Amino acid sequence: MRYAETGFNLEIDLSRGNIERVETDPKLTELHLGGLGTNAKILWDRVPPETEPFSPDNLLIFGTGLLCGTPAPGANRTIVTTYSPQTLLMAYSMMGGFWAPELKYAGYDKVIIRGKSAKLVYLWINNDKVEIRDAAHLQGKGAVETQELIRQELNEPNAQVAAIGLAGENRVYTASIEHGRSSASRLGIGAVMGDKGIKAIAVRGTKDIYLSRPDEYLKLCNEVLKYIKAREEKPVPGVMPILAGLGSPQEMKHIDEKWHTENFSWGNSRTRRKEFWTKEVEEKWRETQLNARTRLISCYNCPMKCGAIISLPGMSTYMMKCFSKLTYAMAAFSDLDFGFRIAQRAAEYGVDGFSTPQIMAFGFELKEAGILTDQDFAGCPSDNEGKFYWLLDRIVRREGIGDVLANGTHWAAQQIGKGAEAYAHNNIKKHEQLPLKLGMLNPIYFLMYCTGEKINITQIEGQFPQAPFPTMEEREDFVKDWIHVPDEKFKQYLLDWEMRGEHSNPYYPTVDMSVDIVDWQERMHYIDDALGICAGLSSFPLKPPYHIHNYPHFISSGVGIDMDEAKLTKAAKRNRTLIRAVNVRRGLRRADEKPPEDHWRKRFPELEEKLLDAYYKFKGWNNDGIPTKETLHELDLDYVAEDLEQRGIMKNE
Amino acid sequence: MSKVKKKIKSIKIDLDKCNGCRACEVVCSAFHANPKYSSNNPARSRIRLIRDPIRDVYLPVYAGEYAKAECMGRDKYVIDGKEYGECSFCRASCPSRDAFKEPDSGLPLKCDMCEDLPTGEKPLCVQWCINDALICEEREEEVEEEVKLEDVETGLESMVDKYGLQKIMDTVARMSMSKKG
Repeated sequence: MRYAETGFNLEIDLSRGNIERVETDPKLTELHLGGLGTNAKILWDRVPPETEPFSPDNLLIFGTGLLCGTPAPGANRTIVTTYSPQTLLMAYSMMGGFWAPELKYAGYDKVIIRGKSAKLVYLWINNDKVEIRDAAHLQGKGAVETQELIRQELNEPNAQVAAIGLAGENRVYTASIEHGRSSASRLGIGAVMGDKGIKAIAVRGTKDIYLSRPDEYLKLCNEVLKYIKAREEKPVPGVMPILAGLGSPQEMKHIDEKWHTENFSWGNSRTRRKEFWTKEVEEKWRETQLNARTRLISCYNCPMKCGAIISLPGMSTYMMKCFSKLTYAMAAFSDLDFGFRIAQRAAEYGVDGFSTPQIMAFGFELKEAGILTDQDFAGCPSDNEGKFYWLLDRIVRREGIGDVLANGTHWAAQQIGKGAEAYAHNNIKKHEQLPLKLGMLNPIYFLMYCTGEKINITQIEGQFPQAPFPTMEEREDFVKDWIHVPDEKFKQYLLDWEMRGEHSNPYYPTVDMSVDIVDWQERMHYIDDALGICAGLSSFPLKPPYHIHNYPHFISSGVGIDMDEAKLTKAAKRNRTLIRAVNVRRGLRRADEKPPEDHWRKRFPELEEKLLDAYYKFKGWNNDGIPTKETLHELDLDYVAEDLEQRGIMKNE
Repeated sequence: MSKVKKKIKSIKIDLDKCNGCRACEVVCSAFHANPKYSSNNPARSRIRLIRDPIRDVYLPVYAGEYAKAECMGRDKYVIDGKEYGECSFCRASCPSRDAFKEPDSGLPLKCDMCEDLPTGEKPLCVQWCINDALICEEREEEVEEEVKLEDVETGLESMVDKYGLQKIMDTVARMSMSKKG
């Protein structure tokens, strides 16, 4: 009897049209929990590092978190893993919504896809019945539209569908997988899905998910719900509105965008507009948002309302969440109405709302600089908004200059040459970052930007305040009910952190403290991503309902695996190290671990080296960022050490 | 006639507050599992969220009576320009749809307001809806103690109303005499 998980994966070989239901090894659940952890294990075991992202041998893994489908609030994440066509490293994009629990109820923990289909198909998983169905009639259809069409043709309104749009079909490197109000957007996994010839995966499940010690588990769930309610009534004072409460950043709820619009950069991540947020702008944006927003909505079994249904005259309804509200508007120096409208088209095309606007702004910057020519933009309208629609259309169709830009700013710059590389200035490991340019180096963020395997800051930050509180009174107030810290020392770190002077950035938190803080932050993300709990209720916000002290009880009572904080910390470290090993095997080294050069104005090369040295040492890696044999042995990953040795990546010292 | 007190439990469903999370379905199916909470499966839930985000339809519906046959005609409601699908507001477990049936056996499900809970505790769906889309209201109503009339009595009463008691008595006497004779 397996608890919380189903104990079965669905293996689909598209080249041969073969479908199998395969029982999984419970030992792997103990070692890697599930979700991201077991996804990484499968990728390591089964996809050799020489494999091209668009090879039939590359796997596309849709993994559910270990607790998905149990009553734990917010346990709904799908973790999609493959090799990224953009970074060429392991990609793990995640989405919330309703898909993962539905797959659990259908009787599977993962869908593992290999091979390639000659024709465009979609998968229909209806409990034990699994079909590969023709999708010729869905070719070119929008990702949102496709979900609806499939539900209609199956006559199954309760089916949950994840789909790609035109961008995925055309293997655009920023193609997303869309599902309701959610999407797995980063690192081009939609392009891999398109390359495999899968338009969508529809799921319907009506089976039970079991719990090991149900009474205990329900009690924990009730405590979480109670905490959420109390926490929402008591926002953290002294931080910007989107960080005061729970959930992913509450962009749909809040109107006040002073912080983002004045601190984030506009255009190709270039211009800060410090006086932008005037009364008039606020009024206009308020009107736009309230008119467009039909309802605030959530993912499966979560009381938060991080998403919204967006309905504007003259366009079909779609759903939105988080920061894509601003990315297009800011890339184009436009307004919220434009932002909502172009995001609708982008959602249908299925593209990443972080990278794509920057790629377009990058394209127009190259044109202004004379590096791209009028000929490249033949037919492009002259009005500001019109030209962004035009370029988006070219990119997702891979037409003309769009075909070059569809590979993201890094690869496009390589191809264009003529100094275009300098314009692809906001990347880490070839991947576009948040358009954020700051003054003073922050040692904690430096480490997270450099070493984050997800290559996306929002997926590794959290828990610890982003900036010091100005007064001791505020700090003392903050630490009073800070039960979440894994160790009391973190409270002292915060109490002593000053805005200016000796105890301020970049030398405070000290190197060792910074490593500690980063370790805590990423540990929580790695646990969330294995359990399928949304970061918005756990690793991302301040003082969340889930933390290192209650998580072990969820796993013990839910899954029936004896768990404590030390064992859970070790499992998170094991997963973190295995993913590092996957990437090391694909060539990742210390030289790749750097933030965009212009991310901070004030840089401290010597300190930065010390930070990386200390982080690697703490993790048990060598000075090039490669896990040592001892570390791997300690984490039951001897087979990884052996492989790295055989490949000459790790010298047998 | 004497008055008696009757407890009436109702759930006020505020569609505007529903965020569509289906926590009600999760906890309902868990509560009614055997042993309690040992499993969950929204397909077994006695509350179902009819959910169609693109049309902004968010409608929690509770399982009511079992119906042997489906209706001869079906209703579609349009409220403020928003169209709800056929049967949306209906609570019946009926042959026309999958809702409110055990997925394995097809046996009908019916909301029991979590009657196993200790007195005073609200049904689980209400407890888990912290957005307050589901609010449990309990009220006592004083109702007149009804004296249930037999069919004959009901019929006779209407005759008395029409012809007067004397005439009815006379008629009954004459009829009984002639029957005997």
